[in-house]
Amino acid sequence: MGTLYEDIVECGGEIFGEEHLATLRECVQCGKCTGGCPSGRNTAFRTRKLMQMALVDMREEIFNAPELWFCSTCYTCYERCPKGVKVTDIIRTIRNLAAKEGHMSVPHRMIGVYVMKTGHAVPLGPAQMELRKAVGLDEMAPTAQKYKDQLEQVQTIFRTTGYDAMIDFDWDTMNLKGMDKGGKK
Amino acid sequence: MSEEEGTKEYAYFLGCITPNRYPGIEAATKRILKEFGIETKEMMGASCCPAPGVFGSFDMHTWLPVAARNLAIAEEMDLEIVVTCNGCYGSLQEADHLLRENPKLKEKTNEILGKFGREFKGTTKVNHSIVVLHDFIGLDRLKEKITKPMNDVNVAVHYGCHFLKPREVRGHGSSETPYILEDLVKVTGAKDVDYKDKLMCCGAGGGNRTADSVQSLEWMRQKLVSAIEVGCDCMVHPCAFCHLQLDRGQEEMNKAFGTDFNFPILFATQFLGLAMGLSEKECGLDIQTTTMPEKLLK
Repeated sequence: MGTLYEDIVECGGEIFGEEHLATLRECVQCGKCTGGCPSGRNTAFRTRKLMQMALVDMREEIFNAPELWFCSTCYTCYERCPKGVKVTDIIRTIRNLAAKEGHMSVPHRMIGVYVMKTGHAVPLGPAQMELRKAVGLDEMAPTAQKYKDQLEQVQTIFRTTGYDAMIDFDWDTMNLKGMDKGGKK
Repeated sequence: MSEEEGTKEYAYFLGCITPNRYPGIEAATKRILKEFGIETKEMMGASCCPAPGVFGSFDMHTWLPVAARNLAIAEEMDLEIVVTCNGCYGSLQEADHLLRENPKLKEKTNEILGKFGREFKGTTKVNHSIVVLHDFIGLDRLKEKITKPMNDVNVAVHYGCHFLKPREVRGHGSSETPYILEDLVKVTGAKDVDYKDKLMCCGAGGGNRTADSVQSLEWMRQKLVSAIEVGCDCMVHPCAFCHLQLDRGQEEMNKAFGTDFNFPILFATQFLGLAMGLSEKECGLDIQTTTMPEKLLK
């Protein structure tokens, strides 16, 4: 584990290229990001402050702040930054690092449960089948939820990358571990 | 068949919200495209895109191969993709872009897809349905099919975020002065009305709605108020995920804040559908939370 900056460049760099994340170093703390942020208008989330905290290695403070999850990834800051800091992708990368260290809420973990169980973050249920029929469509679209072998391909990806372990997924109950005993966290 | 004749096939990537919550968006989109000779083919076995701000925030190394698998399905069909959700557009277009740019990343991703005999090649293209309408079909041909002009309707356009941004991947020009949805609204005879929070996010993305639904609904409340204040009759948008927040969210918001909102929300093809003579039922607008005023249905 290096500094938070180094970890951001390494983790996000594999996907976006290291230069993309290294733009964090260009931040001059002008605050244009915070000024245009729809979350900052309503919550304690401050983009400028987050960039500074990342640069001075305040890992635990960032990972433990609920505000880290109040960015909707709207990219307004990303487009407006006068220094070309790739703000939104830096935030997504910080969240990846936080999640890897166990800072992930149960509702956020549950989104992964739905995809591993059905192939969809928002699965189809009996009531929605009726809606589909009402507009003249087949009651079930031919997606991963319909075909077991296709769903297994999606599950293979989650097993291979270790996403299942990251969220404490139990393949026997197809739920988060401990959720059958009244839940956790 | 040649594209000049206006006949084309797309692989329709449905995602989650369109087929599983708002099938009216799916039905209206298929019918309108068909009206212009465009066939939409089902993508057998396609999954969640997966959501860019959600799985992209949790683990990009899982987000990418799941998106790549969906792209590979369209490649096997030898077709370009069409989508009706900005989340799907965001994930699939970005994944396609990243994998084409980075051979090492492509190789690593294909090692995972290879476990079940699939491969990302980089041979499809991800199109948003409103771009197909605007650029491929074109405003002139759309105009010919408008049988029920929306002459006295004031529309608040809502883009959602991932249709326009990041610009370097999306390629639709300025994210501050967009024009595609405005053109599609105006072609029906309706008035495109500017409003204070036009470019603001619906509040749902990036896991924000899941992290704290009440504060996410507050962003939306501000957005709706700013559209209602300047006399808009409805909101027209290009994103199934925004639709979930803006439509069902109004019911949640009314409960949370004790308000009484019922501001009509329409996906672009539902709005165009009404203007082209489709019924409220055919567009699935009778099976959602917000209700349509007479003005839109006459």
